[in-house]
Amino acid sequence: MFRNQYDSDVTVWSPQGRLHQVEYAMEAVKLGTTTVGLKNRSIAVLVALSKPTSEVSVSQRKVIPIDDHLGISIAGITADARVLSRYLRSECLNYKHTYESTYPVSRLITNLGNKMQTTTQRYDRRPYGVGLLVAGYDEKGPHIYQVMPSANFYDCKAYSIGSRSQSARTYLESNLASFADSSNDEIIAHGIVAIKRSLPTDENQGKENAAQYDITVAIVGKGQPFKILSKEEMKKYEELASKKILPAPSPADDDDQPRPSGSGEQPDEGPRDPQVAVATEERR
Amino acid sequence: MLNNYNGLAQPFWQNGPAPGQFYHFTGGQQQIQNLPRELTTAGPYGTQRNTARITTGSSVLGIRFDGGVMIAADTMVSYGSLSRYQSIDRVFKINEKILLGGGDDFADIQSIKRTIDQKMIADQCRADEIEMKPTELAMWLTRVLYNRRTRMNPLFIDVVVGGVNAEGKPFLGNVDLRGRFYEDFVVATGFARHLAIPLVRESKPAGREFTAEEASNLIRKCMEVLYYRDTRNTSKYTVGVCTPSGSVVEGPYKVDENWSFASTIKGY
Repeated sequence: MFRNQYDSDVTVWSPQGRLHQVEYAMEAVKLGTTTVGLKNRSIAVLVALSKPTSEVSVSQRKVIPIDDHLGISIAGITADARVLSRYLRSECLNYKHTYESTYPVSRLITNLGNKMQTTTQRYDRRPYGVGLLVAGYDEKGPHIYQVMPSANFYDCKAYSIGSRSQSARTYLESNLASFADSSNDEIIAHGIVAIKRSLPTDENQGKENAAQYDITVAIVGKGQPFKILSKEEMKKYEELASKKILPAPSPADDDDQPRPSGSGEQPDEGPRDPQVAVATEERR
Repeated sequence: MLNNYNGLAQPFWQNGPAPGQFYHFTGGQQQIQNLPRELTTAGPYGTQRNTARITTGSSVLGIRFDGGVMIAADTMVSYGSLSRYQSIDRVFKINEKILLGGGDDFADIQSIKRTIDQKMIADQCRADEIEMKPTELAMWLTRVLYNRRTRMNPLFIDVVVGGVNAEGKPFLGNVDLRGRFYEDFVVATGFARHLAIPLVRESKPAGREFTAEEASNLIRKCMEVLYYRDTRNTSKYTVGVCTPSGSVVEGPYKVDENWSFASTIKGY
């Protein structure tokens, strides 16, 4: 049942220098459906994939608006995401009340990271089992942040989390150079193409089967408050994206196994340390 | 919550974070929260609070121009009608984007200035190149001052806040002791509100902002008028200038005095 004897508590180290409970929480993110975040020079885009639990239900909300300048999309335990979004909302509201301006995204995420970190250092708590992609706009331009259960956060140019997100990430990586100069329409289409890469192979090909997945797109940017696009607005971008679709990725690319790190590690060593697969923003 | 502070009963829970707060790993004991003085138990002479200003500054004059703002104030701080301190700067550089001119009770100005400086230090400690903007400081001041007046313990201050916002847009506003706020191309406190504002308004060119030169000429003229006509005023004044390239406080300058007309005035 347990992977080994050092994972009974978040505060217990393994002799290899790992905190297994934290790493298990990171696994929870991979159980959630995929979500993609990317940006050009003026807007940040979140694209989320959701699947209804049964034919008679609608799917869980993947994208949560926080404030006019900020929203998140989630992968992992939805209930944990609601707790975090409540925190983000109250922080943004407080800031807005005090200063009548919007909370700088980097500061908000730093505070969120601090809050999440405490849960990884106390025996009576557990890490949040949810990964976030935060899209926000402030005086420094559009931002995409990735926040992990380990309380690490990265200022990304583009990123993707959730199940089979590696395929989407591969797409993002190969098109990364063109994102900054893309038009707003193009960057949204790029996001939709990226997320379609993460569909299971059979559903990716069988078009009518793919229809059971809902794609949600949200944008935020200069002069554009955070907005989840309606079905009508989505049509235009879906068409744009379908023109962009390239051959489906090879199955070898289509899994969530940690990528080989090149060092002489034993293959069956258990979970690896998190790796950033997409270029993050450089800190000036 | 209040019985945590009455000094008799021990709190039920110690050494843990309050709801919504972060855990203090090394702090040991939680800091006793400093409640506002009027909410703590009364001392032998009852609860005390400010009811009047003591040492006061008079005029502050701010003018907005096309590329920034200028804020001027003379260097006098009076004790009643006594010219108690004659060389005190009342225009402060808060950061590269904000200037603050303080009128009315100078002790309260110093107090709020200390709090603001601490906020700027907290800003700089983040090292994220995000600076507070003048509108944000003005809004924060209205919240603090209104809160204090609501608790019947106001800060007796009247401040001019000016600077440039993120897009390099000039901003000039006034916040007073009740937390009232307004924004205009000319704002003033003290006697300048009666003497300087009309002078500046009547020379405002229609359909455009002042230029920096016009603003500085108006400041010079207004500070001269104020020196002659306001008894709580001195001939020295400092001028803060804030543009997108930064903010500086210059001076002290001296009013160009001319008392030759005095001999013609009879009857006093």
